[in-house]
Amino acid sequence: MGLTNSSIGIKAVDSGLEIKKQLPGDKVIALAGNPNVGKSTVFNGLTGMNQHTGNWPGKTVTNAQGYCSTKNHSYVLVDIPGTYSLMAHSAEEEVARNFICFGEPDVVVVVCDATCLERNLNLVLQTLEISKNVIVCINLMDEAKRKHIKIDLNAISKRLGVPVVGAVARKKNSLSTLMEVVDKVVDGNIKATPLSIQYPKEIEEAIGVLEPVVKNKVGEMLNSRWLSLKLLDQDESLVREINTYLGYDFLNDEELNEAYAHGKSILDSYKIDSDLLKDKIVSSLVRKAEEVCLGAVTFEKEGYNASDRKIDKILTSKVTGYPIMLALLALVFWLTITGANYPSQMLADGLFWVQDRLTEFFQYMNAPNWLHGILVLGVFRVLAWVVSVMLPPMAIFFPLFTLLEDAGYLPRVAYNLDKSFKRCCACGKQALTMCMGFGCNAAGIVGCRIIDSPRERLLAILTNNFVPCNGRFPTLIAILTMFFVGTAGGAYSSIVSALLLTSIIVLGIFVTFAVTKILSKTLLKGVPSSFTLELPPYRKPQIGKVIVRSIFDRTLFVLGRAIVVAAPAGMVIWLMANITVGDTSVLNHCASFLDPLARLMGLDGVILLAFILGFPANEIVVPIIIMAYMSQGSILELDSLVEMKELFVNNGWTWITAICTMLFSLMHWPCSTTLLTIKKETGSWKWTALAAGIPTAVGIMSCIFFATAARIFL
Amino acid sequence: MNTNSLNDINPGEHAIVNTLLSTGSMRRRLLDIGLVENTNVECLGRSPGGDPSAFLIRGAVIAIRSEDCKNVIVTRQ
Repeated sequence: MGLTNSSIGIKAVDSGLEIKKQLPGDKVIALAGNPNVGKSTVFNGLTGMNQHTGNWPGKTVTNAQGYCSTKNHSYVLVDIPGTYSLMAHSAEEEVARNFICFGEPDVVVVVCDATCLERNLNLVLQTLEISKNVIVCINLMDEAKRKHIKIDLNAISKRLGVPVVGAVARKKNSLSTLMEVVDKVVDGNIKATPLSIQYPKEIEEAIGVLEPVVKNKVGEMLNSRWLSLKLLDQDESLVREINTYLGYDFLNDEELNEAYAHGKSILDSYKIDSDLLKDKIVSSLVRKAEEVCLGAVTFEKEGYNASDRKIDKILTSKVTGYPIMLALLALVFWLTITGANYPSQMLADGLFWVQDRLTEFFQYMNAPNWLHGILVLGVFRVLAWVVSVMLPPMAIFFPLFTLLEDAGYLPRVAYNLDKSFKRCCACGKQALTMCMGFGCNAAGIVGCRIIDSPRERLLAILTNNFVPCNGRFPTLIAILTMFFVGTAGGAYSSIVSALLLTSIIVLGIFVTFAVTKILSKTLLKGVPSSFTLELPPYRKPQIGKVIVRSIFDRTLFVLGRAIVVAAPAGMVIWLMANITVGDTSVLNHCASFLDPLARLMGLDGVILLAFILGFPANEIVVPIIIMAYMSQGSILELDSLVEMKELFVNNGWTWITAICTMLFSLMHWPCSTTLLTIKKETGSWKWTALAAGIPTAVGIMSCIFFATAARIFL
Repeated sequence: MNTNSLNDINPGEHAIVNTLLSTGSMRRRLLDIGLVENTNVECLGRSPGGDPSAFLIRGAVIAIRSEDCKNVIVTRQ
């Protein structure tokens, strides 16, 4: 088991993790910590890796691993989910606990936030109970300094009995001290004497009865004192793991059961039932944390977080809370639209210039027409459209959004909107998952794990698609600009576009509320469960890093996916447009088949077909529409929105078509990636089907309603 | 000195926790954030809709809904 008999792969019990060592001698470092303490920054700082899971506000939801080495050792770093506690109240806590307990890491580094150390110590103390080699890394020392919080690292280290290292993980080289200490601990040069938490004497008495027997059974493999406490606490999820880990039915051991019964009877004699026991355990931890910090953490200035409170007053007040939220949303869109304008045009010009050269090249080579058609008019042209339409808005939107996220604004959005979610019997954290949905709905779905109640998590998953993702913004922006703002450009028109786009988003949010409410009155009946939401301190975002991170991790990732999908799609579309059955193309056959329904919805067959073919990625919907129209032979050159509008209008578009297309873009089935993610997260085809069916039904109905009303009244 | 629930504490006021009446998972969550007996809590404000409210608990800002606040019995300072 574990390190002893396997040189390359250790299977950690139920953490779903296979540790991949590069060398058999690699040491394993587990990185634990509360959420929002910059654990992923430490991880990335040490491994030089950009951890993808941690880059969405969903944070680390599964164990991620990376490598780093010092002069003495090479290490495998395992980033375990951020939790406040190891008592396994949630899936993340269970994964974290299991890895610290059964993953047999050589060192556990607990990352703490210097600005609220006492709260973070709860996790530290629990880790000390389980593991021998713990190092406490107090991160964000710069923020603490800014807030005039003084931390006596030596005193804390003495009190905890383990090494304590201060760090500013986002600064380069700040982690070298940490790694020196890790080396020393691994080499046995630091002998830690971890503080042992004393529980009330009734509990100590019961532990005293159980511990010798437990120690006899598990030896040095697990901390017997901690295990005895957990047995008394009847921690069921842990008990299951222990059997798997030890490889025999530990709990049916007669001797152990006798000792357990004895321990339990002691607790009973003091009238300590399981709830009271839990209370006493937690209170002891909290008190201990208080004790450790007393005198070692000093707030030099009264009201050390006064500036945070001032910002909160503005961002969450009755008068300004909602308007600022909307204004920020509009501002982000305005910057995106304005900023994307010119690069988009330049990219389009450049790429279509390349297309012309490619055409010349094919002609020069005497390539057959069909080959030129498939590769240049099909694959390349769709790619060119996707890149020029998608890349600039994404490259602006993602960093802007990441800045808001980095600064700590998003939890305030959840705080502001919680009341509305509660009215729909849902959880305020759904607002956070919706924010993630702006980036990518699949990421939003994964992010729903932050919602504890299963019913509320399903509500969030089923409605996430009503937030348009980055694949849909460019479509919405292009249509808005062409039909409602004018393509003349200038500051005025971009402001109007931003406001119109914001109203579309707000519409999506209202639909989310409505659908959530309907679901919680029908399929997912229930009352809102209780929840607590942490509002983390505001932090100065690391602008440079945010830009690099969001461009490389998000923009290129999403664009890459779009390109992978768009290339074959371009080919398929070209073939469909050029293979004729009877006297019309396959494309036209399909489009005319869909036409009656599409007309009813205020669209046309081509648009609906484009949405269907766009199932792998929403990004390619507009390119498909363009290709389909162009193959019908109206215009052959297309390099600006003016010409695009002309093409659309020639194909019968009116402002009604434009609105219906935007409505349907906002509300239709999620893309294939998102649906696969939903299947994975819910584990059920039924919910996956509903997640596709609900937005589609709402979209079709809204389009029909709007189109009919517009025709009757206008 | 009056005995109240967290709901009676207005923004800007401090209170000391006496007991928790909540049960199950909410009780554990409240204990996890450090709401044990004798903990000092400050109400920082309410969200625009009037609920939830934000409290400063052991250095961290936590939002709690009113139906959960009513189960936290405190003494106003």
